[in-house]
Amino acid sequence: MTEGVISRWYLHEGDAVSRGDEIVDIETEKVANVYESPHSGILRRKLVHEGRPVPIGALFGIIAARDVKDAEIDTYIENFQSAFSLTEASTGGASAEVVDIPGGFIRFLKQGDGAATAAVFVHGFGADLNNWLLNQPVLAESRLAYAIDLPGHGGSVKDPKICNIEELAAAVLRFLEARNLSGIHLIGHSLGGGVAARIAIDRSALVRSLTLIAPVGLGSDINGSFIKGLVEIDRRKDMQSLLEKLFYDPALVSREMTMGVLNAKRVDGAVECLTSIAEGCFNGGHQTHILRTDLVQLAVPTQVIWGEADLIIPPQQAANLPPSMNVHIVAEAGHMVHLERAAEVNGLIAHFLEST
Amino acid sequence: MSRDLTQPASARPHRKARISYRAALGEALAQEMRRDPKIVIMGEDIAGGMGAPGQQDTWGGAFGVTKGLLGQFGRERVMDTPLQESAIIGAAIGAASNGLRPVAELMFNNFIGVCMDQLLNQAPKFRYMFGGKLTTPVTIRTVYGAGIRVAAQHSSAYHSILTHIPGLKIVMPSSPYDAKGLLIASIRDDDPVIFFEHIGLFDKEGEVPEEPYTIPLGEANVVREGSDATIVAFGRMVDLSVTAADRLQTQGIRCTVIDPRTTSPLDEDTILESVAETGRLVVVDEGNPRCSIATDISALVSAKAFKSLKAPIEMVTAPHCHVPFAPVLEDAYLPNPEKIEGAVRSAMGFTRV
Repeated sequence: MTEGVISRWYLHEGDAVSRGDEIVDIETEKVANVYESPHSGILRRKLVHEGRPVPIGALFGIIAARDVKDAEIDTYIENFQSAFSLTEASTGGASAEVVDIPGGFIRFLKQGDGAATAAVFVHGFGADLNNWLLNQPVLAESRLAYAIDLPGHGGSVKDPKICNIEELAAAVLRFLEARNLSGIHLIGHSLGGGVAARIAIDRSALVRSLTLIAPVGLGSDINGSFIKGLVEIDRRKDMQSLLEKLFYDPALVSREMTMGVLNAKRVDGAVECLTSIAEGCFNGGHQTHILRTDLVQLAVPTQVIWGEADLIIPPQQAANLPPSMNVHIVAEAGHMVHLERAAEVNGLIAHFLEST
Repeated sequence: MSRDLTQPASARPHRKARISYRAALGEALAQEMRRDPKIVIMGEDIAGGMGAPGQQDTWGGAFGVTKGLLGQFGRERVMDTPLQESAIIGAAIGAASNGLRPVAELMFNNFIGVCMDQLLNQAPKFRYMFGGKLTTPVTIRTVYGAGIRVAAQHSSAYHSILTHIPGLKIVMPSSPYDAKGLLIASIRDDDPVIFFEHIGLFDKEGEVPEEPYTIPLGEANVVREGSDATIVAFGRMVDLSVTAADRLQTQGIRCTVIDPRTTSPLDEDTILESVAETGRLVVVDEGNPRCSIATDISALVSAKAFKSLKAPIEMVTAPHCHVPFAPVLEDAYLPNPEKIEGAVRSAMGFTRV
């Protein structure tokens, strides 16, 4: 993914804005989403028209206090734009890389730098590293942040033999070794949550903290018809209705997001891998790997984030966890809570990472 | 399609993410030939040098798409043919109905006249006449379209003529991504497919996954979404329509741009659903206007979405004449963003009295 479209402005130039106010709707190939203001102030400039595609990371508006002079804003814009076009020209934006591991290869996207402990994002079933597009760049402002494609997904090796949590975790461990990463913050969503938990349980020395977002592994129930649909459906309309189950607000599922999921499945070998992972992890509509007993004893600091309206894995599975595990149930959010309530989830992750 | 499931499907990628339309087509051919030994390719100078003592593989076809395949697959599977289109297409169809999966290249779609018995009365009818016992898994790649000053006999767009024939599938990729996915889908398809490559798109670059992938024949791509007008465009016309739509957007007119990608089968649902939403249709096609894909889609929408239409359907096409050689006339002959913008404005400005 390289660009997005500002599909709607909620504000006019000169309007006062508070932190958390809705500023614009952004459509990308992955998701349509409302962008909430990270700061309070006055919307001093709109720099992008509705409907115009802009590259990821571009400047689309300026919020500043009333007493900031226009000339200062002009200078800021000018400096930003020249620096931005320079990065664009030199790197074409951050782009994914591939690293060999024993038995295959893993695609990853590396963003940010800094001395703070690195973070690694692991996506869920049927997704890929772009699933973190609203989270990884935010975390990367203060540290090195990696997002990876699990085997069988995105641009990583398509090997149907890698089909259960243990084998997926082993592949991610090989990736961590290949990149010399240890003492990391691990953040996993759904199936990726189970993978991250498995790694933390088996190799706790490698993991500084564990963030599990709507993870597998805490209970038996999972929406079996959703998993089946994700593997089998090849028509856009049917896939769109299916993906709507991932969100509290179904309008967030854009045509591009739907096509992104279908296009990924149309790569040779992708459906075979999804089929074997579904059999290995969610056979018969139940989760195969229950990690709860090991997780509650885990010494690694752990937090759990769940959308209250999750239709894929019930948030009730976060009940009865020890108080040392920080559980956050996010209102008005579905299974894709990290996309649907990105600002809130990013805040929770940042705060948790600072505290560990 | 069978594959050895004990082996990982993908190999580690090693090239840049963005490649040209030409390279995307070449990669699709190479990957499919590696996968399926029954695939052979044939055409005029698709390698160059066959049967002669001089240098081999000098051409790779008139536009360089097949360059390098000779070295990978040898003369058994990469065959230069005589300058004889009826023989190329006839041989490919005969081989397809006897167990091979040939990809034949017809240098320009203008030369299709001499292959018409094969394409009208033979290949599309085998499955039908023999009760499904015989299939013809042949792909015919051909170059069409104007804009590079090669005059009337090398510049036409004859996809509409072939769309008329039941039993043929007609594919018109508009981007490198579609070119690769649609060519792989065409090769794997068990029916005859005519694959139209636009003469002006070979150098167009875009992101293309390195792994093999398919795009189903008969699924439209929605390139832009807007609620005021629907633009349906084919092949190179898609880029021109997107340019027009982006310009109109800045003036407050929002267009949906649909690229059906195949004229046969045609994704009618996507077109009809969009017109139901916008009430206005502009069809953009490079072919001549009579009995064409533009009139075909207009007829479809007038018959099945009449009640939602807020304005007469607009068509932006070439005129009913041949492609002129004079550059200024060739430019005037072709649809362009200004003409498309004008058609959308005209639909927007229509009022019933």
